[in-house]
Amino acid sequence: MRTDQTRMRVLLAALAALALTLGIAACGSSDDSTTSGSTESGSGAGTIQSNPDNGKVSLTIGSKNFPEQEILGEIYSQALSAAGYKVKSALNLGSETVALKAVKTGQISGYPEYASTALTSFFGLEPEEVPADANEAWEKANEEFEKEGLEAFEPTPFASANAVGTTTETAEKYDLKTVSDLEGVSEELSLYGSPECRQRIDCLAGLESLYGLKFKSFTPVDIGLRYTVLEKGQADLSILFTTDPQLSAESDKFVILEDDKEVFPAGNIIFVTEKKVAEEAGPDYEATILKVQEGLDLKVMQELDARVELEKETPKQAATAYLESAGYIG
Amino acid sequence: MSFAPPLASFAGAIEFIFTPQESNVTGGKKVGGFDKTVELLIGQIEVTVLALAIALIVALPLGLYLGHRGKGELIAVGVANAGRAIPELAVIALVATLIGVGIQNVAPVLAILGLPPILNNAYVGVSQVDRATVDAARGMGMSELAIVRKVELPIAIPTVMGGIRSAAIAIVATATIAPLAGVETLGDFILNRNVYGENGLLAGALLVALLALTLEGLLALLQRRLTSAGLKVKTA
Repeated sequence: MRTDQTRMRVLLAALAALALTLGIAACGSSDDSTTSGSTESGSGAGTIQSNPDNGKVSLTIGSKNFPEQEILGEIYSQALSAAGYKVKSALNLGSETVALKAVKTGQISGYPEYASTALTSFFGLEPEEVPADANEAWEKANEEFEKEGLEAFEPTPFASANAVGTTTETAEKYDLKTVSDLEGVSEELSLYGSPECRQRIDCLAGLESLYGLKFKSFTPVDIGLRYTVLEKGQADLSILFTTDPQLSAESDKFVILEDDKEVFPAGNIIFVTEKKVAEEAGPDYEATILKVQEGLDLKVMQELDARVELEKETPKQAATAYLESAGYIG
Repeated sequence: MSFAPPLASFAGAIEFIFTPQESNVTGGKKVGGFDKTVELLIGQIEVTVLALAIALIVALPLGLYLGHRGKGELIAVGVANAGRAIPELAVIALVATLIGVGIQNVAPVLAILGLPPILNNAYVGVSQVDRATVDAARGMGMSELAIVRKVELPIAIPTVMGGIRSAAIAIVATATIAPLAGVETLGDFILNRNVYGENGLLAGALLVALLALTLEGLLALLQRRLTSAGLKVKTA
């Protein structure tokens, strides 16, 4: 029944598209419908139209190798292929340095990056210099990218940041609400984080220099273990992400400490690509990406992360579910 | 405003090993350099030696025993081959999730890599010792343990040591993924390209290769010392 309806919608959408193209010269993509958002599956206007011109263009969409990035990579890949592009994906790039180089050498067409990461890691800004406003951060990053022949598309609604997290028990025991509350007790507490956290200014190095904290120990672990080490009681504190689904699904178990001195800049996703690639791909490239990320607010992103990290769906399945429920694809 | 780091160069990697370098993500603090290299090198040697020791303690006596009895070929070869098929990264992830991180958990996991070659070679080496020689030893009144220790093992040394050498190389090379489970090794340079850059990556790879070669060389030397003069003449 549900699929029948979907099919019907696609058919209607196709007819509508046809009518539009026959009538007035269709104006590229459909920014026309007001808030097709997450209200009970969008109308025909929200669906991505396949443009036969795009069939000549091959794109490779990249992402870094952790769930949130892979989901975003899948969303963009599937949306672009719905728009008629020939799309391949490379959703396993090890770090932003690798990803950026892949864009510059043309191995990938583009990939989603956190604006904050771009500013601190590529352009040498200190974490506290990263603008809190998403558009300001994007403009600043874009300015720098343009010097390199690159371009970043407008930011997503959601932002993600690293955070110091702990169990509710530990937080209660030491009366921790903000990172500053760790003063005086941090020397009794062990911190776990990704291997690169130790030296990053937006991670351990910043906690030490900007908050003046010293921890009992820092242990590097794979990013995928950030909750496991808390659950097992090995870590007193662990570096988490603000978009982590565990924070809403298991809010009785885990808490994050407020970053009152702003060591962890929040970053909205900006899609980084080469100008040349964007020109060759035509207007649907940017339009499609901007269109499908409209619905990505913090709650939706957490839900998508939950599907993959907690419910063990593949990033591909989660992305398809998102695109379908928002009515972007049929 | 430095953008994407330049490609790694051999000279750059050597410099990285001895002198701390600029990094984009550390807020001005330099990374790498000699002290860090030594610290990570020691970490790598520590976990390697521990893992190899565990593998030896488990696999060597078992392999020698099975070889001596001339039985259990199925076990020795089967276990050995099954062991080779285990993806180490997956095991480390699993153990880290189920048991925990740190050297006490990572070393036993790395030891799994060393079991197959040690077990297999000890079995094959001992079981291929000429039975007439063993019978002669038994006829002279040697105990079974003495036969293994004084007859079979010395004759099988080249094969047994071959297994130990493969085990050591496999362990030292794989110890580079240990930083994902709480043990800092030279893999830190390789895994954290954002921090150390391309030169750090190359430096890490070079150091691991160098360490593997050194280890191989030391074990080859040991093998030569352990091999009895009679055997050497025969093979020479």
